[in-house]
Amino acid sequence: MGWIEENMKSTHIRQIVSQAISLGMVISSALIIWKGLICITGSESPLVVVLSGSMEPGFKRGDILFLYMNKDPIRAGQIVVFNDGRDVPIVHRVIEVHEQRDNKEADILTKGDANLYDDRMLYTPSNRWLQQKYIMGRAVGFLPYVGWLTIIMTDKPIIKYILLGALGLLVITSKE
Amino acid sequence: MHSFGYRLNGLLTFAVTILALMCVIASLSDNLNIPSPSAEIQIMNINWFQKQPKGSDEVSLRMNISADLQSLFTWNTKQVFIFVAAEYETRKNSLNQVSLWDAIIPAKERAKFWIRSSNKYRFVDHGKNLRGKEFNLTLHWHVMPKTGKMFADKIVMSGYSLPEEYI
Repeated sequence: MGWIEENMKSTHIRQIVSQAISLGMVISSALIIWKGLICITGSESPLVVVLSGSMEPGFKRGDILFLYMNKDPIRAGQIVVFNDGRDVPIVHRVIEVHEQRDNKEADILTKGDANLYDDRMLYTPSNRWLQQKYIMGRAVGFLPYVGWLTIIMTDKPIIKYILLGALGLLVITSKE
Repeated sequence: MHSFGYRLNGLLTFAVTILALMCVIASLSDNLNIPSPSAEIQIMNINWFQKQPKGSDEVSLRMNISADLQSLFTWNTKQVFIFVAAEYETRKNSLNQVSLWDAIIPAKERAKFWIRSSNKYRFVDHGKNLRGKEFNLTLHWHVMPKTGKMFADKIVMSGYSLPEEYI
């Protein structure tokens, strides 16, 4: 108890305010970088974590994928991330493309490398094909293992709170 | 400034930065590699060629695929994913790509191979346009690195065509 009282007495208002401001600066610069990445890569989520093993052995659960999206047409072989109204977007490879001559709209079929069957079962029931508008980005690069932090934090939210609590405590008790 | 917490923080930040830098350099080193792959595909046989009850054309064929993709591998390569796609155009569609066969090459030693196989995935058209159709067979490859940027390219082989009538 004595330690906490000492801490409270020795911090002045100015110190508290300046610490709050530096915390705010850190959070805003993180936000700026994130939004900037969204603009540069043209994708709503420029970084995704691989959640399932359907693209093994290329991508394992816990890998991070960098996405990039532009107006180039979708072609067979590209690894795309799509979301046609489900909870979690899926990262699979395009195996069929039928692009119409007049309006350049394309019907697309995808399949995970490790899956036996294509994704037709997964598309919203009325669709036999995926449309370009559901595709959020193409995978262009990847980092192994880094995504495990996000998976752990989602599966056991208590760890997220512990981390945030510890960070908050660090900020308050630092004497700088 | 010398407490355990500060030292740990400084060490961790430094370690993460160095790790990220190493990943970037590893990825950049892939650009130094100039690949020179080669491939050849022969269609040995058309097994059958029919119109499905729902109305689309479907064909099953047997291919002899031989390729030398060893030059694609670098020290930063985890695997190379290859697939063979038939590409053709129809009156309604300017481009159709249908993947017929794929494989994963996990190591350089396995990158020079030949294989005889029927198409792994069904060659079904978006209509009834396949009779007498000329098409290209393209061997695509996708180099997936241990870390960093992925590369993809292809070899287009043209001159294949399907029979005029259903078999």
